[in-house]
This record gives sequence, C-alpha cells and structure tokens, in this order.
Amino acid sequence: MSFLDVLYFIIPSAIFYAAPLIFVAIGGVFSERSGVINIGLEGLMVMGAFIGILFNLMFVDTFGAMTPWVSLIAAMLVSGLFSVMHAVASISFRADQTISGVAINMLGVAIALFSVKMIYNKGQTDYIQERFIRFDIPLLSDIPVIGPMFFKDVYGTSILAIGVAVMAWFVIYKTPFGLRLRAVGEHPMAADTMGVNVTKMRYIAVILSGALAGLGGAVYSQSISGEFSHTTINGQGFMALAAMIFGKWHPLGALGAALFFGFAQALSIVGGQIPYVKEVPTYFLHILPYALTILAVAGFIGKANAPKASGIPYIKGKR
Amino acid sequence: MSNRVVNILVPVISVILGLLVGAIVMLVSGYDPVLGYTALWNGIFGDAYAIGETIRQITPYLLAGLSVAFAFRTGLFNIGVEGQLLVGWFAASYVGIAFDLPMYIHLPFAIIAAALAGAAWAFIPGLLKAKLQVHEVIVTIMMNYIALHTTNAMIKVVSDGGDNTGTINPSASLKSAFFESITDYSRLHYGIFIALAMVLLMWFILEKTTTGYELKAVGFNKHASEYAGMNVNKNIILSMVIAGAFAGLAGAMEALGTFQYANVKGGFTGIGFDGIAVALLGANTPLGVIFGAVLFGSLKYGALNMPNEAGIPVEIVSIVIAIIIFFVACGYVIRYFLEKANKKKEAK
Repeated sequence: MSFLDVLYFIIPSAIFYAAPLIFVAIGGVFSERSGVINIGLEGLMVMGAFIGILFNLMFVDTFGAMTPWVSLIAAMLVSGLFSVMHAVASISFRADQTISGVAINMLGVAIALFSVKMIYNKGQTDYIQERFIRFDIPLLSDIPVIGPMFFKDVYGTSILAIGVAVMAWFVIYKTPFGLRLRAVGEHPMAADTMGVNVTKMRYIAVILSGALAGLGGAVYSQSISGEFSHTTINGQGFMALAAMIFGKWHPLGALGAALFFGFAQALSIVGGQIPYVKEVPTYFLHILPYALTILAVAGFIGKANAPKASGIPYIKGKR
Repeated sequence: MSNRVVNILVPVISVILGLLVGAIVMLVSGYDPVLGYTALWNGIFGDAYAIGETIRQITPYLLAGLSVAFAFRTGLFNIGVEGQLLVGWFAASYVGIAFDLPMYIHLPFAIIAAALAGAAWAFIPGLLKAKLQVHEVIVTIMMNYIALHTTNAMIKVVSDGGDNTGTINPSASLKSAFFESITDYSRLHYGIFIALAMVLLMWFILEKTTTGYELKAVGFNKHASEYAGMNVNKNIILSMVIAGAFAGLAGAMEALGTFQYANVKGGFTGIGFDGIAVALLGANTPLGVIFGAVLFGSLKYGALNMPNEAGIPVEIVSIVIAIIIFFVACGYVIRYFLEKANKKKEAK
C-alpha cells in the first residue's frame, strides 16, 4: 500500500468516525458557553442513538430510503426534551451541574435499555435495514488526490456535521444571539444588567446541546453500529466532551479535535491493515484522545480556559 | 424545623420520590409496580443466599461511596472512582496470582497493592488540581478511560493474550467458608469488615486528627485555610490520594472477594458512578455513606430478581437510582417547599 493509498483509506474513515463526535461536541460548546456544564452529553447521546434506531425500525415502511434522516429529527426532539431535565435542575433548581449530569447519564442508559428490553424482550434491538449510504460527490470526486480523499464515498451526515460546526461558529461569534450566549457564560450579572434574560439563554443553550447530542447519537447508531445495545455508545459522549475541551470551547476547535479523535478511533479499528501503523499497539490509539485532553487542560498544549461562569448557577441579586 | 431535621428529610424525601417515579414508570410501561417491588424485596431479603449476596454487593459500594465522600469534604469531586477501582482490581489480582506467600503476608500485600494503585491513579488529578488549577472532574473522567484501556491491555499481557488473569492463589483470597455455610454458598466474603473498618477510619481521620481538620477547612474555604497557614496544595493532593486508596480497595473487594480474578472489560462496572449516588445520599458523612451503600447496594442486587419474578427489566432500578440522585441534587427545591410548609404551620 503506498502512502497515498493509506491516506485514501484512512481519511474517509476518520471523517466517518468523527461525524457523531462533532455534533455532540458542538452541543457541548453551546451549553458550556452559556455557563452550564453538561456532563450528561453521554446520556443524551445514548438516548439519541436509541430513538434513532427505534424510529428507524418502526417507520421504515413509511419513509423508505429517507428513514434515517427522519429518525435524526425524532432523536433530536426526544434528546432535546430529555435535556430539559438537566436545564431545570441546573438553571432553575440550582443543582450541582456535574451531579445532575451524572444523573442524566445514568438515566439515559437506564431508560434506553429498559425500553429495549420491554419492546424487544432482549438486550439489543434488531438491525436496521435503511442505513446512511455513501455516495460520490459529482465533479469534486474527480479531482486528483483531493477527490478520493475527501469527496469519494462520503456520508451526507459527515457533510452535515461539518456544516453544523461552521454554522455554530457563525452563530456564536457573528450574531447578537451568540454574543448574548457568551456574555451569559462569562459574566451573567453584567449580561442581566444589560437586559439579557440569563435564564432563557441558558435554557435555549442546554436544549440545543441536548438536540445536538441526540443528533450525534442517532448518526452513530444509524451509520456505525446499525443497532442499539448497552455497548453502542460506550463513552462516545465523554469523548465528545473531551473534544470540546481539547478544542478550547470553540466550535471550530471542537470540530478539529473531533476530527482528530475520529482519526485516532479509525486508526485503532482499521490500523491493522496499514503498514507501520499496525506495529503500534492499539492500546496507545485507544488512550490517545484522553491523554491529549489531560495535556490540553493542564496547559501543555496552549492554555484552555473554561467560560468563567461555567458551573455556577445564576442567582439574581447575589454578588 | 431545625436544620438537622431538614438535612435528613431531603434524602428521605428524594428516596420516596425516586421509588414513586419508579412505580409510575412501571405502571406506564404496563407492568405491575406492586409485583415489581415485591420481587425487588424478595431479591434482597428472600433467603439466606440473597441476603449474603446483597451484603456482598454493599461492600464495594461502601468503599466507592467513601471515596467520593472523602474528596467532597475537601471540595473535590472525584468522578474517577471507576478508574481507580479498575486499577485497584487489577493490582490486587496481579499480586494474588504472581506471588506465593503465607496468607498473613499475601492477603495484606494484595489489599495494600490495590489501595496504592488507586491512590497513584488519583494522585495525577490531585497534582494537576493543586499545581495547575486543572478541574479534577475533567481529568478524572479522562483517567477513567485510560484506566479501562490500560488494565485491559495489562490483563492481556499477564494472561498471554487472554481475557482473564485466572484465579488468584487461595492465600490472597477473602473468601469465607463461614459466610458460605450460613448464606447457602453466596459469594459474601470478609471484605465487608475491611469496608466497615474504612468507614471508621474516615470518621477518625476527619473528626479526630489535625489532618482531617485541615482537609475539611480547605473544603470550606481555600483562601481562609491558606491565610491560616495551611498548605492547601498538599491537602488537595492528600485528599485525592486517600479517596483513590478507598476506591482501589473497592477494586480489591471485587478481585480478592467476589470474582477472584480480573477480566477484560468492555465498559465500566458502574460501581464508581453509583458511589457518587451513595456519597450524595449520605451527605458525605461516614454514617451517611453506610445508609447510602446499604440502600443502593440492596436495590442493585435485588433488582436482579425482578426479571424472573415479575418480568420487569433490571434497568428500572437504575432509573430509580438516577431519579434519587436527581432529587438530592435539586435539594434546594425540596428545602424551599419544606420551609414554606413550615411557615404555614407556624402562621396557624
């Protein structure tokens, strides 16, 4: 295998594995930028993955080839609704956001598995028939070198993921809404004084993060696993959280980090077929994303600062 | 209503609400809640075997709860119990297999190895928090996954590519012939005494030593402690290390007591995350941890009886536990309503 062949092989699969992480990490950016820590991403993602598969299996006759896409919307709605619980706890009820997130994670997995066992009488769902399919982008895929790398065998969801990341950057940095969102996360009292509704902004951000986490989960289950069981997500949500931190709470940073982590995952799975890479024990590829995140937060790879008010409930009139 | 009563009422109300939500979920899903909770009760207290296994389940929950609670008292959130437990589990198994010593040396050696492994794993987030102000939640989550992959890789090395380390030597085992005879051959082991001794130790450290006083002071107010001449950084690291040692011991309970081996895992055990629930429910006090561990350990083990007896998936109990944590975390609201109700009574 020549070097170029390796790239043709590894880059599409890296993007493939990165897509779900991108959605979830962007969701995390929204929530944390508004000042609400969302450790519950994993649980929200599990919920999305489950709903995606469930909806796909139930309505495949109605929607045909469009089923996976419609399932994405269903997953977004349900996970968005589920995240309201985290929002109520951490914004209105002033709960410890980390603990509320832990509860969301446990609850997401528990509800999903409970439902699976109730509906299918076994620990996992059936395999879906309609998955996301790959296609070549006309014209662009004919470009030498770059074509086969980025535009051949692409998934629509991957394009959507990158689109969402760019859009998130635009929303957070170029719109009044984004300015308010960041203000609420950095200095809620100042924002409140200027007439920004802190509670409303935070609710919107948390629900957005829930919807995006659900989207990521549904993309994962419908493109990578094809069914739902207790091992389907297994830490992807936490890896997305890591990507968000490694990306320094910036949408494009999170995009880059998610792509990199996707690359590491792809290597650990398909690396055995690539010369040189197969000499590296998969162990190192497995721990790479986590080890890098620790280095990033420790400041060895540039200083990563969380939004100032992140994790602190806003209580009106309190200095 | 005194503050003390409210502090006890909040977890009690949360547990009741949790069980209530569980009943509603069962009802909505078309199951019979009475049948479900009866099956749960029988799963916990049904016979001698069930009681033995329930206490066996409570053992690591006690230690995991202590780990979270201890760190919490110094203002640290140890979400990394899961990882510290896994390295402790592996360390104890390894010592149990690799050495052949008389029991009075081998068993303590294996237990201490587990505690040290857990402590070492928690030292890293402690150090990063103390020296670089890195948030311990993020680091411990990442350390959990590193622990999962590291222990899996090491088990493969130890077992020449296999998935299981093999059974430990009897000289390192916590197995109890006495408990087996009275509980109809359940896996209940002597570890419960170690766990209870650790509860006592935590109480002793926090309430009776200068170190404990300092640890709590740092938890209450870092700056005031520093001003009073305490070494805040040292206390943060110490707190994490002790918490990690407790978590490592929880791993030793699984390695030397329940399973007698370590095996490659696809995911986490869940004990670490349930430990957060235990500590939270017990308000981070040693006595409270006992109550929390007994409750959650019993629920978790008893739930295994629910599919057989009532046809209800075991996950219902995880839903109940999550709801309980959720309500305890929202204690502010419960307090608010309690105060309101109290004022009404006084007005009359």
